[in-house]
Amino acid sequence: MTSSSDKQVGASPTVIEPTIFELSSAGRAGYSLPACDVPDAPVERLLPQHSRRAERPALPELSELQVVRHFTRLSRLNYSIDGGFYPLGSCTMKYNPKLHEKVASDTRWSSLHPHQPDATVQGVLAMLFRLQGYLCKIGGMDAFTLQPAAGAHGEHTGLMLIRAFHEKKGERRTEVLAPDSAHGTNPASAVAAGYKVVQVRSNAQGRVDVEDLRRLVGPQTAALMLTNPNTLGLFESEILSIADIVHQTGGQLYYDGANLNAIMGVSRPGDMGFDVVHFNLHKTMTTPHGGGGPGTGPVGVKSHLRPFLPIPVIERSTGAAGAEQYALTTERPDSIGRVRSFFGNVGLLLRAYAYIRSMGPDGLTQASHDAVLSANYLKALLQDSFDAPYAGHCMHEFVLSGRRQRAQGVKTLDIAKRLLDYGYHPPTIYFPLVVEECMMIEPTETEDRATLEAFAAALVAIAREAAEQPEVVRAAPQNTPVSRIDEALAARKPDVRWKG
Amino acid sequence: MPYLPHTAADREAMLTTIGASDMEELLDQVPTAVRSKPLLLPAALSEPELLHELDALAERNTRSAGPRSFLGGGAYNHHIPAVVSALASRSEFVTSYTPYQPEISQGTLQVIYEWQSLICALTGLDVANASLYDAATACAEAAMIGVNATNRSTVVAASTLNPMYLEVLRTYCWSQGLQLRVVMAEGGCISPSSLRATLADLGEEKPAVAILQSPNYFGLIEDQASLAQITHEFGALYVTCANPLSLAILAPPGEIGADIAVGDAQPFGVALSYGGPYVGYVAARESLLRRLPGRIVGASVDNKGRKAYVLTLQAREQHIRREKATSNICSNHALCATVATIYLSYMGKAGLLEVAHLCLQKAHYAAERIAELPGYGLAFEAPFFHEFVVKTPRPGAVIREALMERGILAGIPVDGQAGLTYGLLVCVTEQNRKEDIDALVQGLGECAA
Amino acid sequence: MNPDDLLYASSHEWVRRGDPATIGITHFAQDQLGDVVYVELPVVGAVLSAGEIFGNVESVKTASDLYAPVSGTVVETNTQLVESPELLNTSPYDKGWLIKVKLDNEEDLGNLLDRAAYETNVAH
Repeated sequence: MTSSSDKQVGASPTVIEPTIFELSSAGRAGYSLPACDVPDAPVERLLPQHSRRAERPALPELSELQVVRHFTRLSRLNYSIDGGFYPLGSCTMKYNPKLHEKVASDTRWSSLHPHQPDATVQGVLAMLFRLQGYLCKIGGMDAFTLQPAAGAHGEHTGLMLIRAFHEKKGERRTEVLAPDSAHGTNPASAVAAGYKVVQVRSNAQGRVDVEDLRRLVGPQTAALMLTNPNTLGLFESEILSIADIVHQTGGQLYYDGANLNAIMGVSRPGDMGFDVVHFNLHKTMTTPHGGGGPGTGPVGVKSHLRPFLPIPVIERSTGAAGAEQYALTTERPDSIGRVRSFFGNVGLLLRAYAYIRSMGPDGLTQASHDAVLSANYLKALLQDSFDAPYAGHCMHEFVLSGRRQRAQGVKTLDIAKRLLDYGYHPPTIYFPLVVEECMMIEPTETEDRATLEAFAAALVAIAREAAEQPEVVRAAPQNTPVSRIDEALAARKPDVRWKG
Repeated sequence: MPYLPHTAADREAMLTTIGASDMEELLDQVPTAVRSKPLLLPAALSEPELLHELDALAERNTRSAGPRSFLGGGAYNHHIPAVVSALASRSEFVTSYTPYQPEISQGTLQVIYEWQSLICALTGLDVANASLYDAATACAEAAMIGVNATNRSTVVAASTLNPMYLEVLRTYCWSQGLQLRVVMAEGGCISPSSLRATLADLGEEKPAVAILQSPNYFGLIEDQASLAQITHEFGALYVTCANPLSLAILAPPGEIGADIAVGDAQPFGVALSYGGPYVGYVAARESLLRRLPGRIVGASVDNKGRKAYVLTLQAREQHIRREKATSNICSNHALCATVATIYLSYMGKAGLLEVAHLCLQKAHYAAERIAELPGYGLAFEAPFFHEFVVKTPRPGAVIREALMERGILAGIPVDGQAGLTYGLLVCVTEQNRKEDIDALVQGLGECAA
Repeated sequence: MNPDDLLYASSHEWVRRGDPATIGITHFAQDQLGDVVYVELPVVGAVLSAGEIFGNVESVKTASDLYAPVSGTVVETNTQLVESPELLNTSPYDKGWLIKVKLDNEEDLGNLLDRAAYETNVAH
């Protein structure tokens, strides 16, 4: 019989990298802590027995080098922006500047405790206050809250502001409208805010069907949630009429900022008639995605909604000798209250601040111009090989349909998996729901022409494979660390933790 | 301009291929009426200029959490090992997207699977998700699990929850049309009789869930086994909000009868960063797996029989269920969960226990010495982990001010809370050396009058 | 492929007459869903209202509500589906049955479609 220390644990044909638990060896340790420099009181005296853990938690026991190798090897299994192109529609996977990482890891920012008195954190309060101002300018809004931790969190917060606004006027509105092309967080957030969701149809040009909207809007409408450009990459050119229709019944217009990257310096949601906006700083302002988060979704409002903003709020005043002073206040009688602990995802907000200061007004505008230009260029390179359901120019993203390839026995899913073999992350697939076998492509402005052309060439090659050797596409991926995974098994027999 | 690779020649060539004469043509979908004037932002700064500006701003932060900081209250100052920062800052973790294409995301997926496993090991529960934003929103998500599981609409929460968590619960309950009832503490803790009375008083308005924090906001350990039992008698789910570091030595939620555990894993290597990003966790009994919000990683195999990890049970989430999703949450705090996973792997079974032990011993040493000072005393008698409330002879806010002048962040004022006149919530971790604690004690003594 | 002796709802549930009646989902439905991973069914004794949601079928890529084709009381549920939800894919009309219901009113069956009507109008 062998003990665990005799076990040969490592990679094998069926296991790329064992888990930390399998690599563990009893008694092994790598950590470094100073000895206890205060008198050691017996634990029994400090904590009653019934409140103490009977057995030590089953954490792994590894050496430092084991830890380093394990996570280094795992990191190498990841595709990332630093490694390659992500043409993901509505995700805005632009380059994450290293300068931001340097700034955020500076301990003068990273070691600030959120319970420190305001007087000791004037620097961070000033930075956050200025960032609020910059976002107001970019969005054409009157005030911003930096608290929501993600886009969905921002949506929920924004809808709660709208609800508080109507309730203050004694109105109880029950419905939120969203287009059938909306991102799933829109209806989910509306329900979280206590509303029923009603879908508005898209017309043949891929935009909101204004007649359908007119029919659906009424005194029960709290808000219409829109993204502009929409999830098809098309600008809602009738936005002013749409805003009018909603406002006339007393409803509010909500802007989902997922596609802000198309319009910085071009158009501002505040000028389009939006009352509430949320921005996704992990998209437009390039805070890193981190494998799924953290993100941050600040919410901007027009002045009529300012009183309802969540607490705490930063107030600026002029102190002695004319110096600007900042303080956090919770004295806001009409506020919806807190939506999270502390002030916000400050580590990310600092990166967004650095980005906006690095780009300046001309840089941000050029970024949006280049994002639109690159998307149209890529579309031009691809529209012979795939169906493009919407003619004409797109904004910063566009959709293609894999309908032609479906007829040849190749689904968009197969095309996506084959792109992995060519070394690319696929575009967004099967969203929005209004396009059959949908691919949504957003190159962003940080990719050069050679990358765009190489990506287009890969997709064109796959389209040819679909016509001539569909089985090759269907068998993809073959060149990745693992190939297609049995997702049915993962969902039928969920295994969500290591059990030994 | 930074990060924009296109040259004028590139732009011209692309326009030609597209068949447009200029950029304006591409933007013609945008009506003139909504075209904006140039953005009113300050001009761009080069890299050296930006660093100078941020230096100037950083200089206006006059203190930070170091050895002389005794601040806790939901954010904890712990040593972040060099290994943790080095590994978590690898760009393959930082700049990767959500692992929706699992074949090229096994790094992130396996790290999150390990995170889920570690959270289950610490909480003594069966299943966990891929992380949430923070402890406050995790409490709100736990409330929703209870509401959906029991089909009831009243949430009961302890007055000894961190006040921010209670406020977030209040906001979310209003948002979802739920009732929030608060059970009041006596002597800094929730007594079984108090909980029973609160639940009984609800009458027909049956409770869906009772949420307690232990160690609670005042640092005290609640009598959870009794509280969980009483909660179950009323047919509600029992939720523990727990600092996961405390679970290295305290009885885990799974063993004292909790159905759900939530909290913030920020103590595991996540920088203080003035309040965020941190990392919420949620763990639960097996039967609640399909009610968990957000992302979950599962283990499976690929079509060549290799072990592979994948986002699973996605049909619960917003991108599929839309308005019927378990939650509206989309993102998780993956990178922070990665930091915590690396920290726990590095500290390991012995290391985590030792950190907790150091916090426990140093906090009790501090409490004992402070209690000896004339005019001061421990506010409560119940056992505590590494935070405790000190009764102060003058307002806690005043004492705090005075000690700041000595370079000490003495604690969080809790004047007027939990039946106290004046008090300070003091936290001690392995970062506070004996000399720092002695300086705190001396400072408090000298500022008593 | 759709059995003659069954009645169908336009939301893709089928009913087999009997006392109690049996309810399931059609071949079209399981094909649209893909690999079924989980089925959420009402408890025995639950009361169903025609047209209302009585459960949910989850696949890897989607989750679909189940609509009661008739009103009645649930007298039995297919417990095999807990271990083997894939029965809905492999045997939707036989081993993949969902629930057995005691009808409130036989006349409810008159609101359902026969095979021809279902295939023409719905499952194309």
